[in-house]
Amino acid sequence: MSELLRNRKLLGVVLLLALACALPFVIGSNYRVFQMTLVLAYAIALLGLNMLTGYNGQISLGHGAFYAIGAYTAAILMDKAGVPYWATIPVAGAVCFVAGFLFGLPALRLEGLYLALATFALGVAMPQILKHEALAHWTGGSQGVVIVKPDAPAWSGLSQDQWLYFFTLAWVVVFFVVGWNLLRGRIGRAMVAIRDQPIAAQAMGVNTALVKSLTFGVSALYTGVAGALGAIAVQFVAPDSFTIFLSITLLVGVVIGGLASISGAFFGAVFIQFIPNIADQISKAAPWALYGVVLIAFMYAMPSGVAGMLRVARARWARRQRAPGRIDPIPPVTQRSET
Amino acid sequence: MDQFLHQVLSGLATGGIYASVALALVMIYQATHLVNFAQGEMAMFATYLAWALLQAGVPYWGAFAITVAGAFVLGVAIERIIIRPVENAPILAVVIVFIALLVIFNSIAGWIFSYTIKPFPSPFPKEPLFGNSYVSSHELGSMSITLVVLLLLFVFFRFTPLGLAMRAAAQNPVSSRLVGIRVGWMLALGWGLAAAIGAIAGMMVAPTVFLEPNMMGGILLYAFAGALLGGIDSPGGAVLGGFLVGVLENVVGAYIGTELKLTLALVVIVGVLVVRPSGMFGKVHVVRV
Repeated sequence: MSELLRNRKLLGVVLLLALACALPFVIGSNYRVFQMTLVLAYAIALLGLNMLTGYNGQISLGHGAFYAIGAYTAAILMDKAGVPYWATIPVAGAVCFVAGFLFGLPALRLEGLYLALATFALGVAMPQILKHEALAHWTGGSQGVVIVKPDAPAWSGLSQDQWLYFFTLAWVVVFFVVGWNLLRGRIGRAMVAIRDQPIAAQAMGVNTALVKSLTFGVSALYTGVAGALGAIAVQFVAPDSFTIFLSITLLVGVVIGGLASISGAFFGAVFIQFIPNIADQISKAAPWALYGVVLIAFMYAMPSGVAGMLRVARARWARRQRAPGRIDPIPPVTQRSET
Repeated sequence: MDQFLHQVLSGLATGGIYASVALALVMIYQATHLVNFAQGEMAMFATYLAWALLQAGVPYWGAFAITVAGAFVLGVAIERIIIRPVENAPILAVVIVFIALLVIFNSIAGWIFSYTIKPFPSPFPKEPLFGNSYVSSHELGSMSITLVVLLLLFVFFRFTPLGLAMRAAAQNPVSSRLVGIRVGWMLALGWGLAAAIGAIAGMMVAPTVFLEPNMMGGILLYAFAGALLGGIDSPGGAVLGGFLVGVLENVVGAYIGTELKLTLALVVIVGVLVVRPSGMFGKVHVVRV
C-alpha cells in the first residue's frame, strides 16, 4: 500500500515537473514568464521560512532581511566583481547561511515572542543598514544596484526570461529535494520535536542548541538563494524593496500555503505573487488590507493552510472511495479549555 | 556642553513618546503575556481620526478627548472580537493575528486618508516657554502630558477598585474569577487603556514626525527597546526604559550619525534579550518542568 502511495506521489511530482517545463511555452508573454520565475524564487524562500517557523517553531518576522542579503550578494558580485550570474547563487547561499547562523546564536536564548521581537527589529532596521554610507560604495546607497539580465546560451534557443525561468526551476528542484530529505529524516523529526516538546527532545538526546541554530542558518540560506534568484530576475536591488513588509509578505505566504508543509510553499508563492496584482486594481492599499483579512481568516478557519486543506479533502475522498454509502463516524469533540 | 544638554532634553521629549507606547505594550503584556505588534499602527490610526476631526472644525482639545475615547472603544472591540478567539492558541497564531492587525490598520489608513504626508498641529505655542533655548514648548508640553498620563494610570491602578481588579485578573486569573472579577472584560479594558495611551502618544508625536501611515514604525521599535530595557512586565521600568532609549537615540544620532538610528534599536533589543532578558526591573522568568 505504502509502495503504491509512494509511486503515485512520485508520479504526481514528475507530472508537475513536466507541467512546469511546458509552462513558459504555453503562457507566451515574457512578462508572465518573469512572474512565474518570481513565484519559483518565492517558493524557495517560503520553504526556508517554513523550516524555521513551521517545523522548528522559531517565529521570524524578519526573513526579508536574509532575502535582502542574498539579493545584494548576487547583485554586488555581478556588478562590482563581474562574477557570472550562475556562480552568485551558491555564494549568496553561503553568506546567508553564515548570517543566519550568527543571528541564530543569540536567538537561541530567545523563545517565541522574544524571537519574534528581535527578528521584527532586524526586518525594520535592514533598509537603513543597506543605505548606510559605509556600505554605499558596494550597495549603491538608496539608489541600489542595477544588474544586466543574463543571456540564454545560444544552443538553447530560449528567450532571456524563459532561460531564467528554467535556471530558477533547476534550483527549485535541487532545494526541494534537499529540503524534502532534510525534513523527512532524522533532522526534520528533531526540528519538530524541539517545536513541540523542547524539554523532552533534549532529554531524548537532541542537541537542541545546535539543531536550532543550524535550522536558522539553513532557513536563511534558502531565503538568501531565493533573494539572489529574485534579484537576477528583477535586475535591480534597492533598500526600499526590502522593508519589513517583505518579511510580512513571506510570513503571509507561509501561513496561506500551510505551516509545516513542503508543497504549501508553492501555493503560498502563487498567492503572494498574483493576489496583490489583482487587488492592486481596486486600490493601492487593497493588497495589504486583503493580506490582513486573509491572515486572520486562515488563523481562525484553516490554521494548516491550503496544503492542509487539500490533505483533509484527499483523506475524505479516499475514505469515501473505500466505503461507499458509509457514514463517517462523528469525530471526537476535542476538549476546549474554558476561559 | 550646551549642545549635549540640548540633545539630552530633546531626547527626554521623544523618550516620553516611547515611554507612552512602551507603557501601552506593558499593559497588554501584563494581562496576556503577549506583545502587541499592532500597537503603533493602532496609535497611528487614532491620530488620523484626530486629524479628521480637526479638519471638520472640532477644536483641538475636543478632538483630543473624542480621539482618546474612540481609541479606547476601538481597543476594547479589537480584544473582544479579534483577539479573544485566539486567546489560547499557540504563540505563533497570536503573533500572526497581531501582524494581520498591523497590516490592516496600515492599509486602511492609507486607503481612507491617502499616503501623502500631512502636517499635524501642536496644541502648544510656537515660541519656547520662559525664553529658554534648550527645549521647545511642544517638547515640554508632550513631556508633561506623558507624565500626567503616567500619574493618572498610577492612581487608577493603585487606588481604585477597578484598577485593583485589573491587577488581580492579570496576576491570577483563576482566583480572580472565583472572587467574582470578570477576567475577560478586565483584559478588554486593558486593551482599551493601551489603545487610549497609544492614541495620546500618536497625537503628541505627529507634529514632529508628520502624519503618515508608516509614522509609528520606528517609534514602535524604540518602544519595544524601551519596554525590554526596563523589563517588559514592569510599568515603571518600561517608562524609565522609554526615556533612556529616547536620550540614547538623540545622543547617538547627534554624535555618531542619524543613519543608524533604527539599528541602534535593534542592537538594544538583541543586547537586552541576550544579556538580561528580564530587563532592569522585570521579574526573572522561571519555567516549571
